[in-house]
Amino acid sequence: MALDKAAVAHIAALARIKLSEAELEPLAGELSQILTWVEQLNEVDTTEVAPMASVAASGLPMREDRVTDGDCRTAILGNAPGGAARGFFVVPKVVE
Amino acid sequence: MTGSLTLLTLAEARNGLARKAFSARELTESYIVAVEAARPLNAFITETPAQALAMAEASDQRLARGEARPLDGIPIAVKDLYCTKGVLTTAASHILNGFRPPYESTVTEKLWQAGAIMLGKANLDEFAMGSSSTTSYYGPVENPWRRPGDNRPLVPGGSSGGSAAAVAARAALAATGTDTGGSIRQPASFCGIVGLKPTYGRCSRWGVVAYASSLDHPGPMTRTVRDAAIMLCGMAGHDPKDSTSAPLPVPDYEIALTGDIRGLRIGIPREYRVDDMPGEIEALWQQGSDWLREAGAEPIEISLPHTKYALPTYYIIAPAEASSNLARYDGVRFGLRVDGASLDEMYELTRAAGFGAEVRRRVLIGTYVLSAGYYDAYYLKAQRVRTLIARDFAEAFEKVDCILAPIAPSAAFAIGEKTDDPIAMYLNDVFTVPANLAGLPAISVPAGLSADGLPLGLQIIGRAFDEEGVLRVAEVLESAAQFRHLPGFVARGR
Repeated sequence: MALDKAAVAHIAALARIKLSEAELEPLAGELSQILTWVEQLNEVDTTEVAPMASVAASGLPMREDRVTDGDCRTAILGNAPGGAARGFFVVPKVVE
Repeated sequence: MTGSLTLLTLAEARNGLARKAFSARELTESYIVAVEAARPLNAFITETPAQALAMAEASDQRLARGEARPLDGIPIAVKDLYCTKGVLTTAASHILNGFRPPYESTVTEKLWQAGAIMLGKANLDEFAMGSSSTTSYYGPVENPWRRPGDNRPLVPGGSSGGSAAAVAARAALAATGTDTGGSIRQPASFCGIVGLKPTYGRCSRWGVVAYASSLDHPGPMTRTVRDAAIMLCGMAGHDPKDSTSAPLPVPDYEIALTGDIRGLRIGIPREYRVDDMPGEIEALWQQGSDWLREAGAEPIEISLPHTKYALPTYYIIAPAEASSNLARYDGVRFGLRVDGASLDEMYELTRAAGFGAEVRRRVLIGTYVLSAGYYDAYYLKAQRVRTLIARDFAEAFEKVDCILAPIAPSAAFAIGEKTDDPIAMYLNDVFTVPANLAGLPAISVPAGLSADGLPLGLQIIGRAFDEEGVLRVAEVLESAAQFRHLPGFVARGR
């Protein structure tokens, strides 16, 4: 699969990574090369082979539904890069 | 006496502490000096000497009271992917700028409970994505080994390169690493130490910065197989906070080191004999097989037919999981923020400034293979091939007890080599990735030197949760190989 600049710009928008116009062309080349390389998997017949998401043998374990953690708002807000105000993270205005 | 403290193995140091030949404080002070002396290697992102001394004090009190814990007084390095409460945790990425976790990872918490002492946070490839420890925001790590007569700095391998360099240079008695595609075993091989990737689920992933959750394995890096067994006892165990953690008891791995491998069947996978494999790697592999045969084991040729598809499978699944895991870095709650006019622009500018080139490449590939219209063709296809790779191992383990293989297709390479071509770098992981896809325990043991004087490791892969078998065979290999070489750079302790 060869990706063009428009495709790379689309993927970058999905991934929320800002790319400059100058970065699109080299990235299109690198990503296309990687995709072409992984496409060798098409040689493998996988009809009737189930996909494996995890090697963990058991299904997801259940636990009792009770609070095990919490009451640590100050500790969590302590890492806020934009600071905290009145117990909330501060972000740019979202709603006009 | 103290001059040689940093040359002891973990087992020797433990015994010396128990005999009161030296104190935890003396041992720790020696290592603090060694960590400073090792700064030219850039193996640490953060040094924590004050914390180390306080922990040593507590260890000495327990030792004096006769209440020593299994790792009391043992100074270790922690890969900077493990969250440590109140101590800067970076994953070697700018995007975690200034992040001080309000919690401790399960594995490090267990190690501190067992009495181990934290020397600092070890450097790595950004988000553990790499095989060279050159993609860190905090600069590349240097291997303490150099080719004789050649001054070019070499990579320590990756991604746990800071951990490997620190242990090899005698600037830490042991270290934690993580292995998603070979990131414990390949740097262990490049630096001449032991690296163990346990079975998936053996060591909790809780509090370890996630790269690819179905492939990430925490594990120990040490100077000897016995030391790896001791460290694993301190790291392993069920953790309700990690839903993939195995609810199994942890055996005493040191007891498993009986030296007796008579009658064991050792698989030699013919598909690992790849094209253009250097002759010295092939010769070492044969030597390893001979050593195990002389110890009474029986080498048997086996087939793992889907081996050649392991790397492309990995390079779909790992980036897919990474793109999902790394979506949390949004500049809102922790780490770096680059302001933008809108929330979306803030996300985009933060992530552009925070992620390095390789991380960005993998997030973009992962986003693509998970996107509408391509999910089935790439991601689901890779998951199906993963089933076949795991099935290959399951069938092989009906015939053999463990598998002997090389670790990497080469010894350490120079910093700056192989950086132009991402796929050339990815090929480093050809022998290590299959065990991650199948979740199997695998260890790297230093087994010899390359023609240009650099360490080369051999790999033992075992059945799921048979770390005891893997360690037992590894110790026999270690005894036969008699690897006693020291790197050119050894940090002077005190």
